[in-house]
Amino acid sequence: MKGSDFNEDWRFKAANREAIVGCVLAAVNILWWFGFAYGLGSKPPEEYTYVLGFPAWFFWSCIVGYLVMVVLVFIVVKFVLKEMPLEDEDESEEEDSA
Amino acid sequence: MNWGVVTPLLIFLLFIFLIGIWSNRKMASSKSFLADYFLGSREFGGMVLAMTMVATYGSASSFLGGPGAAYSIGFGWVLLAMTQVATGYFVLLVLGKKFAIVTRRYHAVTLIDFLKERYRSTSVVLLSAFSIIVFLFSAMAAQWVGGAYLIQSLTGMSYTAALFIFTLSVLIYVIIGGFRAVAMTDTIQGIVMFLGTFVLLVAVVIAGGGLPTIFAELIAENPNFVTPYGQDGQLSAAYISSYWILVGVGVIALPQVTVRAMSYRNAKSMHRAILIGTVVVGFIMLNMHLIGVFARPVLPGIEVADQVIPLIALDVLPPWLAGIVLAAPLAAMMSTVDSLLLLVSSSVVKDVYINYFKPEASFQHVKKVSMGVTAVIGIIAFLLSINPPELLIFLNLFAFGGLEAAFIWPIVLGLYWKTANKSGAIASMITGIVSYIGIHFYNEAYGDLFGVHTVTVPVLLSLLAFVVFSLLLKESAYEFPKTTMKKDA
Repeated sequence: MKGSDFNEDWRFKAANREAIVGCVLAAVNILWWFGFAYGLGSKPPEEYTYVLGFPAWFFWSCIVGYLVMVVLVFIVVKFVLKEMPLEDEDESEEEDSA
Repeated sequence: MNWGVVTPLLIFLLFIFLIGIWSNRKMASSKSFLADYFLGSREFGGMVLAMTMVATYGSASSFLGGPGAAYSIGFGWVLLAMTQVATGYFVLLVLGKKFAIVTRRYHAVTLIDFLKERYRSTSVVLLSAFSIIVFLFSAMAAQWVGGAYLIQSLTGMSYTAALFIFTLSVLIYVIIGGFRAVAMTDTIQGIVMFLGTFVLLVAVVIAGGGLPTIFAELIAENPNFVTPYGQDGQLSAAYISSYWILVGVGVIALPQVTVRAMSYRNAKSMHRAILIGTVVVGFIMLNMHLIGVFARPVLPGIEVADQVIPLIALDVLPPWLAGIVLAAPLAAMMSTVDSLLLLVSSSVVKDVYINYFKPEASFQHVKKVSMGVTAVIGIIAFLLSINPPELLIFLNLFAFGGLEAAFIWPIVLGLYWKTANKSGAIASMITGIVSYIGIHFYNEAYGDLFGVHTVTVPVLLSLLAFVVFSLLLKESAYEFPKTTMKKDA
């Protein structure tokens, strides 16, 4: 029993940490998205600058913002997420409805 | 009939049927009918998991309504649509492995199975089954209408005939194939959407004479199109940001999404799905909504905004390619309908019928009832869609937000807060739904409360209700079972 308690602890702890990482990613995403969109986009459209054909606010907020999230998600998947079994080891195969 | 467009569409549908038949044969060899029909035996890898989430989520609203809104509103709506990038990683990270482990221990096949074991309360089960059946049924019927319109605009058939064809193909498909078939075709449909939106975007930019010309024409028509504030400056930063709740992080509480978060094979599939999902959902949303805005200088004066995508595809692409690209929205609708249909019938069969009427049902009996109920629900949706009643349209208006307000805290806090209990869950669900309906009417009459989308306040109120009632009617702290539960027949 002790063994399985310990086993349970590390998997749930890792899962809790990954959930927090998810929230942090979302927070970064929101801040980046909001900051560039309204930081660069609030002036009148005549004063907009353009990057690669797009208005700068849109280019930085939505296009680069998307790429940044892809890179961050890649880093998280590669270095933060833990490999773990999802099944309990002693699980026996059972019929759903006997 | 435009055979150049219709032929590739028909080939696509035929291909999808073959997958359904293949899945059915695979299911015949499986040990547990319920887990396989409704959950595909929890064996999906990363690619299938990511695509099935994207395709379920990317419904008619993102493929017809979204670009249509971008066409009339401009870049403000594209900015809003990009809040959906979060769905790619947020759901799987936050529900995460804890949800996967716990639902395996519970032998949970649906969201309600999870809530039933976690809170051990008949009221929670019936309340959730009721919300799912009512709200998702209406959401589904609305897709039915959308699918029929799309077939109608492509083939020139009458609305009823188009509706009949749509219903028939969806029904045959879901009934023979179950969740595995739905997830497999979601994958193919996801790939079609991914490539299709990209091809269409490039074609639109070329047809519009390149980005500088397109932007010059947009600004000449109305400079507000290129600002984040909408064509009349009507979209405030607070309003657009509140979509982070509705279509970004709140998606975690949609039953059709959570059921997918328990369907993956192992941790590795989940890791891959997070990456693929984020890439694909961001790419599709960005392309799709840019097409909507860029279509404006190319095809000015479209009256019904929902028709922007079919019209622009027929305009800028050769017919055979337009047929393939338009398979994407049709695919999106079919897969959304497929999964909603499956979910509604699982609520009826598993959560209500087997739980409370016939717990000792035999394998064959369950199989017959599941397929029968799925067929009956599909036929009711068909009959209602012939002449959509107002109640249906009304319910669909807040199906997603209502479900989010009802389920978000019972799921998230049930998973991560030991003190969460049934009183909190019931209070939270009732508060969420009632305040959602109340604020919906308030917003319609007096304009948006606090300038944000309807979903915002109910989500906060239901959190408050959950915490207050869990603490007020305190029970002993909840511990998840340490091992897989024994099944009682």
